[in-house]
Amino acid sequence: MKISMFHLMPHRELPPDFEKRYASVWVTPPWWELADARRVGQYYNWTLDELLYAANSGFDGVCTNEHHQNAYGFMPSPNIMGAVLAKATNGSNVAIVQMGATLPTSNPPIRVAEEYAMLDCISGGRLVAGLPLGSPMDVNFCYGITPMEHRERYREAFALTLKAWQAREVFAWNGRYYQLANVNLWPRPIQQPHPPVWVPGSGSISTFDFAVDHDVCYCFLSYSGAKAAKSMMQRYWQVVTDKGREANPYRAGFLQLVAVAETDAQAEAKYARHVEYFYHKCLHWPPQLLSPAGNQDYRSLVANVSNPIRRADDLKALRYRDFVEKGYVIAGSPATVRDRLKADVVDGLRVGNLMVLLQIGSMPHELTLENIDLFARTVLPELRPSWDGDGWINHWWPEGLRDAAPRPVPAGVGASQA
Amino acid sequence: MTREQTISVWQNRVRMRVLSAGRGPALVFLHGAWGLAWDPFLDELAQSFTVYAPEHPGTTPDAHDDIYHLDGLWDLVLCYDELLTALGVDEAVVVGHSFGGMVACELAAAYPRRTRRLALIAPLGFWRDTEPVVNWVMLDPAELSGYVFTDPGGEPAQRLFGPAGPPDVANAARVRLMWAMGATGKFIWPLPDKGLKKRIHRVTAPALVIWGQDDRLVPAVYAEEFTKRLAHARAHTVGGAGHAPHAEQPKEVARVVREFLTTPP
Repeated sequence: MKISMFHLMPHRELPPDFEKRYASVWVTPPWWELADARRVGQYYNWTLDELLYAANSGFDGVCTNEHHQNAYGFMPSPNIMGAVLAKATNGSNVAIVQMGATLPTSNPPIRVAEEYAMLDCISGGRLVAGLPLGSPMDVNFCYGITPMEHRERYREAFALTLKAWQAREVFAWNGRYYQLANVNLWPRPIQQPHPPVWVPGSGSISTFDFAVDHDVCYCFLSYSGAKAAKSMMQRYWQVVTDKGREANPYRAGFLQLVAVAETDAQAEAKYARHVEYFYHKCLHWPPQLLSPAGNQDYRSLVANVSNPIRRADDLKALRYRDFVEKGYVIAGSPATVRDRLKADVVDGLRVGNLMVLLQIGSMPHELTLENIDLFARTVLPELRPSWDGDGWINHWWPEGLRDAAPRPVPAGVGASQA
Repeated sequence: MTREQTISVWQNRVRMRVLSAGRGPALVFLHGAWGLAWDPFLDELAQSFTVYAPEHPGTTPDAHDDIYHLDGLWDLVLCYDELLTALGVDEAVVVGHSFGGMVACELAAAYPRRTRRLALIAPLGFWRDTEPVVNWVMLDPAELSGYVFTDPGGEPAQRLFGPAGPPDVANAARVRLMWAMGATGKFIWPLPDKGLKKRIHRVTAPALVIWGQDDRLVPAVYAEEFTKRLAHARAHTVGGAGHAPHAEQPKEVARVVREFLTTPP
């Protein structure tokens, strides 16, 4: 299987009473009260160093994503980060997994197709092209896209993107939301017919259909862990079967928060406060921001009102041990982490493309490197062969990297290279 | 007794249910962003007028997805023109609340000869940086009623937002409300200034602008935006009312509206 390190690039030093003083970590948190540009520059550099450290430690890929106006993860342009990572990892077998640039907030959306093609060219064909719908906070509340048009715009932009990468002739796009008279992308991606496409989702049935119909890798970017995802992913695999596709585990991606230490007790001592910071502060937003009126289609609205998919837990009432017990985060000794990842995520959800979030909330730089290092040395090698015996091909991974396991660079070298 | 008919416009792609009652000259009532609720205010008006209350595209039961056939305000205004034609109404007095008040203004600007008089109840359509209109979609759903009504638990609030009841009743009301906000939001997101200031000069009908004194959603100062731009307009403020003065003070608002609509120019 393929295992990538995911990074949100969070604010690592929010005040202790943040969630009491402010209404939301997203859309409205006041920059001038909470952040300092020089310090934030340090966060960006740490983030890049951490991802490069992972790239040099034996991970298969490094993931960045796009969010706006928040302290929970603020890479408004994941492609700026991706460009640094692509350049710095040249010569390696590490994939640049953009999870990714958001189509409805890019105008015209061929900007994403162009930038991804640039990244594929710079990296020598190592791009994984995540094409997310984007969160309502980012797309509707920050970028002003009408909630009822959000999905329609996305679907049109998705079709435009795939055509723009592949068309042999200059073409006109006469869409409902986008009109372009001369589409003729420069550059085009190295990977043909186009880079592998991943579509992140949060469990809505219409995204299952979309992912399977378009034969892309469906990625569940969850913070609630495998236990909460179980029934949802079962429905996804049911859709795969119903639509006559093979149940190739590489058709599924999953994001899991992971924290490794020498022992379970040491994991608690090192990571507890950072895990609690993440769930108490980084996920602090009023629920209505997640589902503005009009964002869901009618069928999903009816289903959601009568049977909410949202977690029932009050996160603020949970502590580290609850998050571990309930599976939100997989934390502990290498053996604990390996066993739970294998049983709950890899086998339990049938996941071939695993993403792990190893920098969690306030976790400082040195501790993050420690987490990456331990995971890469003790957990990753044991998980990697997971699906090897079954003969599946990872069609959703850059072709040139499918059979190549990245080799770790000797310890210490990665960080200094970065 | 209200009558009910469903009219198809936009090449039969958009179905709009129209509730009507009363006798007399035609009066069209355009509802706000939270769906249509027939109420005592409309009963009062029906004593002097034939009241037609259409549901905005998408808010008619079993015609939810029809809203996807409209792309913008221009499409919506044309739908209303088609609707009036189908109703056999050449010209009417138009009463609009909130989002419906904005649509009433747009209709009167596009078709000045169709609109004899305008009664605008807390209409949307303008934006002042110093007095931002509250985006109700960002509010905690439990607080929405308190922004629209001075008495968030009163009968008028329950009529619009649905009564507290068993889960299936409450869920149905929630779906109806969310979908109405989404469907109307299509024409006013992310803020409700969509160019009316460029078009409002075309309105020839005399207008009455009504505002609740305690409007927490759209501050009452917005009445000035209308009275200063409309050639024949005056404002009336209603005490003891928020953003839906016709629902909270139906007798008073019906009286001033009726007087305004029936007094010769």
